[in-house]
Amino acid sequence: MLSQTEIDGFAAPDAAPEAVIEARDLQLVFETSDGPVQALKDINLTIEKGEFVSFIGPSGCGKTTFLRAVAGLEKPTGGTLTVNGMTPDEARRARAYGYVFQAAGLYPWRSIARNVRLPLEIMGYSKADQESRVKKVLQLVDLEGFERKYPWQLSGGMQQRASIARALAFDAEILLMDEPFGALDEIVRDHLNEQLLALWARTEKTIGFVTHSIPEAVYLSTKIVVMSPRPGRITDVIPNTLPKERPLDIRDTPEFLEIAHRVREGLRAGHAYD
Amino acid sequence: MILAFGAILFWVLAWWANIRLANSTLADTRFGMAAVPILFGVTLLVLWEGLVRGLSVPGVILPPPSMIAARFAASTSILWADFRQTFIKGALSGYVIGVGAAFAMAIAVDRYEFLRRGLLPVGSFIAALPVIGTAPILVMWFGFDWQSKAAVVVVMVFFPVLVNTVQGLTSAERIQRDLMTTYAAGYWQTLWKLRLPSALPFIFNGLKIATTLALIGAIVAEFFGSPIVGMGFRISTSVGQLALDMVWAEIAVAALAGSAFYGLVALAERLLTFWHPSQRRQKT
Amino acid sequence: MRQSILPVLTVVLIILGIWYLAAAWMNATWTLQQAERAEQTLTTVEVLQDTMQQDRPKLPAPHQVAVELWETTAEKKITSKRSLVYHGWITLSATLLGFAIGTGLGILLAVGIVHNRAMDMSVMPWAIASQTIPILAIAPMIIVVLNSVGVTGLLPKAFISAYLSFFPVVVGMVKGLRSPAPMQLDLMRTYSASQSQVFWNLRLPASVPFLFTSLKVGIAASLVGAIVGELPTGAVAGLGARLLAGSYYGQTIQIWSALIAAAVLAASLVGIVSLLERLTLHKMGMRT
Repeated sequence: MLSQTEIDGFAAPDAAPEAVIEARDLQLVFETSDGPVQALKDINLTIEKGEFVSFIGPSGCGKTTFLRAVAGLEKPTGGTLTVNGMTPDEARRARAYGYVFQAAGLYPWRSIARNVRLPLEIMGYSKADQESRVKKVLQLVDLEGFERKYPWQLSGGMQQRASIARALAFDAEILLMDEPFGALDEIVRDHLNEQLLALWARTEKTIGFVTHSIPEAVYLSTKIVVMSPRPGRITDVIPNTLPKERPLDIRDTPEFLEIAHRVREGLRAGHAYD
Repeated sequence: MILAFGAILFWVLAWWANIRLANSTLADTRFGMAAVPILFGVTLLVLWEGLVRGLSVPGVILPPPSMIAARFAASTSILWADFRQTFIKGALSGYVIGVGAAFAMAIAVDRYEFLRRGLLPVGSFIAALPVIGTAPILVMWFGFDWQSKAAVVVVMVFFPVLVNTVQGLTSAERIQRDLMTTYAAGYWQTLWKLRLPSALPFIFNGLKIATTLALIGAIVAEFFGSPIVGMGFRISTSVGQLALDMVWAEIAVAALAGSAFYGLVALAERLLTFWHPSQRRQKT
Repeated sequence: MRQSILPVLTVVLIILGIWYLAAAWMNATWTLQQAERAEQTLTTVEVLQDTMQQDRPKLPAPHQVAVELWETTAEKKITSKRSLVYHGWITLSATLLGFAIGTGLGILLAVGIVHNRAMDMSVMPWAIASQTIPILAIAPMIIVVLNSVGVTGLLPKAFISAYLSFFPVVVGMVKGLRSPAPMQLDLMRTYSASQSQVFWNLRLPASVPFLFTSLKVGIAASLVGAIVGELPTGAVAGLGARLLAGSYYGQTIQIWSALIAAAVLAASLVGIVSLLERLTLHKMGMRT
C-alpha cells in the first residue's frame, strides 16, 4: 500500500534518544479470591521515541498487564512508570496513546466511518477535521469504500484494520497493540504485519506490541522483550539488528532465524525457571 | 347439522391444503409464510361459525363470529369511546410515565454499584409478583377515572423496564468499555455513545413486556371500579347482561390494540437495534 | 450471591422507609380532619402516632399489614373463612391445576409443532401473536360462561390459569426443542437415528433449560390468572376475592395483606420452580 521509496525515506531519529515509556522496579499484584498474584515483578524497561517494541512470552507472563498498566487501565502496586514523563493516568487524560485490543471491539451500531470517528467526537475535533481524518486513516489501512458498512458485515481482518484506523485517527504519538492479530489466520496476519511496518515507517509512532508469535515479534520490532510467568518478569531484552526495510521473505534469512532462535532460547530459559 | 358438517369438511380440506403448502416449494416464500397461518385462522373462524350455528349453541354461551362482527360494526362509537378511555387515556399515559420513570431511575441507580447490586434482585423479584393486585388500592387512591388506571399501568410496567434497563447498561463488553477509558471519555460521553446504545436490545425487551402488561393493567383495573365507559367496564357489565357478542367485540378491539401497540414497539426495535445479531436479516 | 445480601437489604430498608413516610404523609390528612372536627389541636408526634394506627388508613403502615398477616394466618384456624391460608389455598389449587393443564398441553403442542411443518407454519405465528393480546380480559367471560353450562368451582379459574401458562410454554418449548446445533443433529443422522431417538436423546434434553425458563413465566402468569379469575363472580373465597371484598368495604389493611400473601405465594412458586430447575440441570450435568 506504500511505495518502496516512501519507506526508504524514513530514517531513525538522529537526535538524542528520548525515553517515551519508562518503567523502574515496576510491581503489580492482583488480589484474587485465591490470594495475591504477582502479575509484574521488578520490571525495568525504557522505550525510546520511534521504537517498535514487541513483548513476547507465554500466557500469564504479564505482557498484556504491562501494556494495560502503560495505558492506565491497571494500577501498578509499586515502582514507577512514566509515559511522556507523566503518570500513565495523566498520559491517558492527555490522550497520549492509541490502543488496539485483542478483538476489534468496534461498536456494531456505528458504521466503519463512524467507529473511526468515535475518538474524534469524544476528543472534540471539529466536524471538518473529523471528516478529513477519517478519510485519511481509512486510506492508510486500505479500507476506502467501506465507510458505510457495519462492522459485522466485514471480515475479521478488515475489522481489526478498522480498529487500527480508529487508534490512528487522533494525534497520539504512542500506539499500544495487544495481540491485535492473534485471532486472525496466518495469511491475513502476514499481510497486516507488512502493512503495519509500512504504517510505522510513515507515521514515526512509538509502538508497544504484545504477541505470542516469535516470527511476528522478530519481523516487526526494533526491540524484543521476552517475558516469563509466575511472577511476570522480563527475562531478556533482544535488540533487533535486521534492517529497517523488511520484505516478508526476510523471514527466511539466517540473520532472522538467528534472532528468532535467541528469542526461543529466552522463552525456554524463562520456563526452566519453574 | 349440515352447517356443522360443512365446517368440518372445510377444516379437513383447509388442513390438507396447508399440509400441501407447507411441504411445497412455496413454503419458504413470503406468500407461503403468510398464506398458511391466514388459512389456519380462517379455518378456525369457519369451524367456529359452522359448529355454533350447526349445533345451535346459544349466544349466551358462544356467539358465532358473524354475530360478533355485526355487533362490532353496529357499536363502533361505543367501542371507540371505550378504546379512548382505556387504551389512550389509561394504558398509554401510564406506559409513558412508567417507562420514563423506570428509565430515569435506572440511570440514577446505575452510577452506584452498591444500589444496582441491591436493586436488580429486588426489582426482578417484584417484576415476577402479581402486581396487578395493587389495582384496588390505586383505584381507591386515584379515583374511578383513567388516572387510577394509568397508575396501575405505571406500577406494572415500571419494574420490568427498570430491571432490563439496569441490566442493559452493564452489557457493554469489557474491550468496548476499556476503549472509552483509553480515550479519557467522560461519564456522559460513555453513557451516550456506548452504554445506552448497547443497552437498547435489553431496553426493548423490557418495553415489549411492558406493552402487553399496560393493556392488561388498564382493563383489569376497571374491574375494580370505573366510570361508565372503558373496555374493562364494558366487558364486566356485558358479561353481567349476558351480551357476549359485545364482550367478544371488546376482546377483538383489545387484541387489535394489543398487537398493533406491540408491533409498533417491535418496529422501533428493528429500526434502532438493526445491528444486534437477533435483528440482522442475513449475513452480507 | 453473598456479595449482594447487604445491597439487597439496604434496598429493602429504603423501600420500607419510603413506605412509612408515605403512610404518614397520606394518612395525616384524615387525622387532621378528625382533629379539626373534634376541635383539637394535635402535636406532630400525636399526628404521626395516629397515622400509624388508623383502622382504615389510606396506606397502612408495614407493621399494621404484618400484624394483620400474622392474625389471619397463624392465629386463625386454616378452615376459617377469615384465614388467609384458607383463601391462599383456594387460589393456589386453581393455580396449580391450571398450570399443570396448561404446561401439559403446551408441551404436547410444541412437540407437534417441531415435528410437523404444516402445524408449525399454521399455529406458531398465532401462538406468538397471542402473547401480545391482553388475554386476561376474557377471564370474566370464561367464568360466567362456564358457570352457565354448569362448570363451577375450581375448574373455571384453573381454565384461565391454564390459558395464561399455555402460550409461554409452547413458545419456550419450541425454541428449546429446536436448540440443538445443526452439527449435533448431523451427528444423529450419521448414526441413522430414528425421529423418536433424536427426540428422546437430543431434542428433549436440550429443551430442558428453555422449558424451565418458560415454566417460571408460566407459573407466575397462572397465579395472576387465578386471582383475576376470582374477581368477576363475586367469589367468596380466594385471594382475588379478598382483594375485591377489601376494595368494596374500604378495608385497606385486608387488601394489603392479601396482596402480600399473593406476593409470597408467587415468590415461593417461582422459587420452587427455580429450585427444581437447578436440581434437574445439576443432575443432567448442564450446570454446576
